[in-house]
Amino acid sequence: MSGIAITFFLVAAVLVWGGLIASIIFLARKPQLDVYPEGSELVSDDD
Amino acid sequence: MATKQHSGENGTVASRPREQWSGQLGFILSAIGSAVGLGNIWRFPGVAYENGGGAFLIPYLIALVTAGIPILFLDYAIGHRFRGSAPTAFRRLGGKAGKWLESLGWFQVWICIVIAVYYAAVVAWAASYFTFSFDLRWGDDTAGFFVNEFLQTSDAGFSSQFVPAVLIPLVLVWVAVLAVLGSGIAKGVQRANVIFLPLLVVAFLILVVRALFLDGAMTGLDALFTPDFSALGDPSVWIAAYSQIFFSLSIAFGIMITYSSYRSRKANVTAPALVVAFANSSFEIIAGIGVFATLGYFAFQQGVGVDELEGITGVGLSFITFPAIVSQMPGGPLFGALFFGSLVMAGFTSLLSVLQVVSSAFQDKFGITARQASIRVGSALAIVSVLLFSTTTGLITLDTVDQWANNIGIVVAAIASTILVIWVFRKGPELAGHLNAVSTFKVGPIWQILVGVLAPVVLLYMLIQRVIVLVTEGYEGYPLWYLAVAGWGTVAVILIGAITMTALRWKHDPDDFTAWPSTQALKELKK
Repeated sequence: MSGIAITFFLVAAVLVWGGLIASIIFLARKPQLDVYPEGSELVSDDD
Repeated sequence: MATKQHSGENGTVASRPREQWSGQLGFILSAIGSAVGLGNIWRFPGVAYENGGGAFLIPYLIALVTAGIPILFLDYAIGHRFRGSAPTAFRRLGGKAGKWLESLGWFQVWICIVIAVYYAAVVAWAASYFTFSFDLRWGDDTAGFFVNEFLQTSDAGFSSQFVPAVLIPLVLVWVAVLAVLGSGIAKGVQRANVIFLPLLVVAFLILVVRALFLDGAMTGLDALFTPDFSALGDPSVWIAAYSQIFFSLSIAFGIMITYSSYRSRKANVTAPALVVAFANSSFEIIAGIGVFATLGYFAFQQGVGVDELEGITGVGLSFITFPAIVSQMPGGPLFGALFFGSLVMAGFTSLLSVLQVVSSAFQDKFGITARQASIRVGSALAIVSVLLFSTTTGLITLDTVDQWANNIGIVVAAIASTILVIWVFRKGPELAGHLNAVSTFKVGPIWQILVGVLAPVVLLYMLIQRVIVLVTEGYEGYPLWYLAVAGWGTVAVILIGAITMTALRWKHDPDDFTAWPSTQALKELKK
């Protein structure tokens, strides 16, 4: 592979796979809100 | 399962609580299973290569961020806030002034009906080729085997001559998919995705690693990733990038609306959507590496350059080029089994999601169970699928219907939904507020601009360009009468189906529904 092809592969890997890893970490750290809007007590989780 | 009583159009009726995914992971895996389909494996690598190679990644990533993820958020917001299949959700979104908006939902459902009947055939072909891999049954002439021996293809038209080698696996695919569908969301769709998606990833990764050690693999990757910067000045390359993102993410034809409607009301919406979007693109990059490493080997074996290879996308890549490569490769049968096994799993989980849109819509409208929808509606679709796609004209019909259903049907549905939701019904602020009220990743005003301005403009350009080409040049040299029937006729069927279904009576009153958080609560949150 040429240098420029390797560079573009690395850019793609960092942005796309990095984006996946970042979004998974973000979701794992903040899986849901601590506080919900008004009326949340009336809404059951299985509704 | 508990039921509640309420007064509907037909008097007091009992309705069931909406089914739910068993949790966040089950939903995410199912949504990824839907997005990762045949297009990820056989479309992305070739499209990237033909549109600037490494440079294509620039418009591709811009399209992902400016259109793919924003429209995915839109679909999730509609399904999650209005908690129903596409027709139910759009009807509720329209409120009293826009009950006719239900027809947009049915338009999306009918697109799914059309796609399901031919997509099942491709899964059946892949399943057949999975078994053919073990004895390399396609021989030396893979094109002749696929077109003449396996599909027994005749001229464009509508044949009643069935091909048993296609009919039998097609029936088996329908039996399997309807059995899963009839088992419901958690025990059926989710369970299938939890099994098949990890299997798909493992199988495809083994294939990619094997491909990387083939002679010529690096030449193939060099061809894929070397950028042609002049391509960035070509509008068609940008349109190809937006098309790839748009068709790959399963957006704008009801799937993500339906899937998000099965999430709990307090479920995080946007953060899982980001995982789904990036997982889909991640698989596309992996597919690109696997396919082009393999094509590099093929070019090396033929003593030609990668640019001289033909059949590097779609059906040609999968059923003609890949079998030829497998035949030449040491350990070819295992490689072939991994490739076609991956196609089957990717196709099966996507087919499930397409049919879930149909099943969910019929369940909502007619008050039937998942099992009843699977048996009654699914069986009818299976019969149509077998009649149209297991005959000697199946390949040409499939090719034509696919072209119109995707490039006209889905694009029209996407333009209509973005314009109607954002501009006509002005639901952008409410949906943005909903996303922010339940999600950990917040959307700002830019989201409404992307969904309401950029997306429809790009999609409209795509649609006009495609219509002009189809009207002036036809398609694949097929007779005009045939394109009128199988191509434009498909669009007519979708339209008529949408109008007819909208006109039918509901079993339960869909308007007996209260969105949460209330619009008042959303306004207060914004302050």
